[in-house]
Amino acid sequence: MSDSDEKNGQSGIITLFFILGFIGSLLLGWIIFPELLYSKKEQPVAFNHALHNEEVANGCESCHFFREDGTFSGVPKLAQCVECHEEPIGVSEAELTFVTDYVAKGREVPWLIYSKQPDMVFFSHAAHVKMGKQDCVTCHGHIGESTSLKPYEENRFTGVSRDIWGGNIAGISMDSWDSMKMSDCDKCHKELTGRQTSVQTQRDACFVCHK
Amino acid sequence: MKDFHEKKYGMVIDLDKCTGCGSCMVACMSENNVPFKEDETKKRLSITWMKVYKFTNGKSFPETEVCYLPRPCMHCEGHGGHSPCVSVCPATATDYSTETGIVSQIYTRCFGCRYCMGACPYHARYFNWWDPVWPKGMEKQLSPNVSPRMRGIVEKCSFCYHRLQLAKEKAYSEGRREVRENEYQTSCTQGCPAGAITFGDLINPKHEVYKLKKDQNAFRLLERLGTNPKVYYISSREWVRRAGDNYLAHEKTGKKQNH
Ligand code: HEC
Ligand code: HEC
Ligand code: HEC
Ligand code: HEC
Ligand code: HEC
Repeated sequence: MSDSDEKNGQSGIITLFFILGFIGSLLLGWIIFPELLYSKKEQPVAFNHALHNEEVANGCESCHFFREDGTFSGVPKLAQCVECHEEPIGVSEAELTFVTDYVAKGREVPWLIYSKQPDMVFFSHAAHVKMGKQDCVTCHGHIGESTSLKPYEENRFTGVSRDIWGGNIAGISMDSWDSMKMSDCDKCHKELTGRQTSVQTQRDACFVCHK
Repeated sequence: MKDFHEKKYGMVIDLDKCTGCGSCMVACMSENNVPFKEDETKKRLSITWMKVYKFTNGKSFPETEVCYLPRPCMHCEGHGGHSPCVSVCPATATDYSTETGIVSQIYTRCFGCRYCMGACPYHARYFNWWDPVWPKGMEKQLSPNVSPRMRGIVEKCSFCYHRLQLAKEKAYSEGRREVRENEYQTSCTQGCPAGAITFGDLINPKHEVYKLKKDQNAFRLLERLGTNPKVYYISSREWVRRAGDNYLAHEKTGKKQNH
């Protein structure tokens, strides 16, 4: 009798420690680890997309355009801002910093690029936007209509932007732009193009997206 | 039987025109960020995606004749895309594309077992024993279109695949699907001052290589192994053609239509 009572008491403690340990590891894995894994940086200039979309003549293409050789200009160069910001237009602090720190000194803004892929990836905006007729939002979310830029998060080990593997540490994506890792590119390619040009994997050949 | 390739990029190299100057090797190295070491005298350790070999007919003066033979990766088709290297890679780091016929090498996937090097009968694959080190300032001339390699992995000629990627981008932005013959040419082809190298789609009757590969004097290296390579050579000299494969004394070289 007393023997089994003792055992029950022991197993209670064991269960308690198990639960505490379990919760502890969950906290560690889901909250503390991701916090430690990524460093946060603010963009060098507080840029407002919504405000500028009203000001420019040609929509997104005023700043993000295709060059004559088909390559995509990406984030704009200082020269594209100077025509309006030679002198401060308004009184906001963000604009003042921009004009004094960059425009006046002729320095390019070191923008942090959320969607930047690692070196060995080849991506083509022409293929998706011109041929595929895809919307910027599908891959980038609503950055283009935003009023402020979110902090940029960088993986401390790989130096890659968090937007590639996605904010969710379990890899669950709700929206098409939540992550843009190899399997995300591949999933859409499989659905939309159905190409099976790789002899090894019966998917898109490696050299479609790698260089 | 219809070819299972959409495109089948390949090369025809005219050995009668090759002077052995080595411009193709230089053009290739600078185009593809190929690393080199301070001391390049140990040629067995050099990385040369494109390599010019020299061989002779073995006769003494005045009958001596010399031939130079540029050797890129042959992008073997094997049977159904199972080229020697692709078949042995345990990591899927090297792959065969039925869209282009190009054998790819993904450096971040390779873990350096070097099976592929053993499988390749052409010595077209090279191992990085060291991380590349560029002399100060020279890293500025690296091409962003070709990813750099690191220690412990294998690399090889890609038929300047990145040039096709860029040519496609340009075509797409002009609303075209087809890349023109002159829009995708390898660096060695353009670097050759003698015009010995011709590059294009081997199954497109409009391309120059389609005609050239049918030349009476066209042959491929070690053709009888069944590697089914995409690089053809042309030589009007019988001893050169004989050097391209292993022949018995009574056997004749020459065209067999087996591709
Ligand atoms: C006045 C110029 C301007 C206009 C107009 C503009 N943008 Fe931008 N855009 C920028 C600048 C500057 C950045 C750099 C911020 C950064 O690094 O994310 C940026 C960044 C972006 C990014 C994020 C790239 C990345 O991964 O970091 C996206 C997506 C984007 N813009 C989409 C759009 C869309 C869509 C439109 C049209 C609705 C648009 N932009 C209009 C200037 C502009
Ligand atoms: C078509 C003209 C035009 C161009 C081109 C332009 N801007 Fe502006 N920008 C404006 C106007 C107008 C304002 C609003 C000024 C105000 O009233 O405060 C503004 C405001 C700003 C502000 C302050 C934002 C805020 O929240 O108040 C920043 C920062 C800025 N611009 C950066 C840029 C950068 C970077 C570029 C180049 C990529 C650029 N601008 C290109 C017209 C332009
Ligand atoms: C199919 C997905 C997709 C679509 C559609 C798309 N993008 Fe991108 N975008 C990407 C990827 C992936 C990258 C990263 C490319 C890289 O790093 O090589 C990128 C990079 C960018 C960058 C930063 C480039 C740089 O390095 O300077 C900007 C700006 C951008 N995109 C804007 C846009 C705009 C504007 C549109 C709509 C016209 C658009 N994108 C449509 C996937 C997409
Ligand atoms: C939302 C769907 C979608 C996503 C996400 C996507 N792609 Fe694509 N991609 C396509 C479609 C559709 C095409 C074919 C467009 C056409 O030719 O009409 C394509 C074509 C391409 C091409 C050109 C291929 C060729 O040879 O013609 C490249 C390169 C490419 N994608 C790379 C990528 C990479 C890298 C990523 C991930 C970072 C990616 N794509 C994500 C849909 C997508
Ligand atoms: C549809 C486009 C696409 C295709 C096809 C594709 N990849 Fe990728 N791959 C990517 C993108 C984008 C990344 C970077 C994001 C990531 O890490 O997932 C990547 C990353 C990788 C990495 C990880 C490298 C690292 O440093 O973490 C390896 C290895 C790789 N690819 C190998 C391959 C091989 C081998 C094939 C052919 C069987 C292939 N890929 C085909 C788009 C592609």
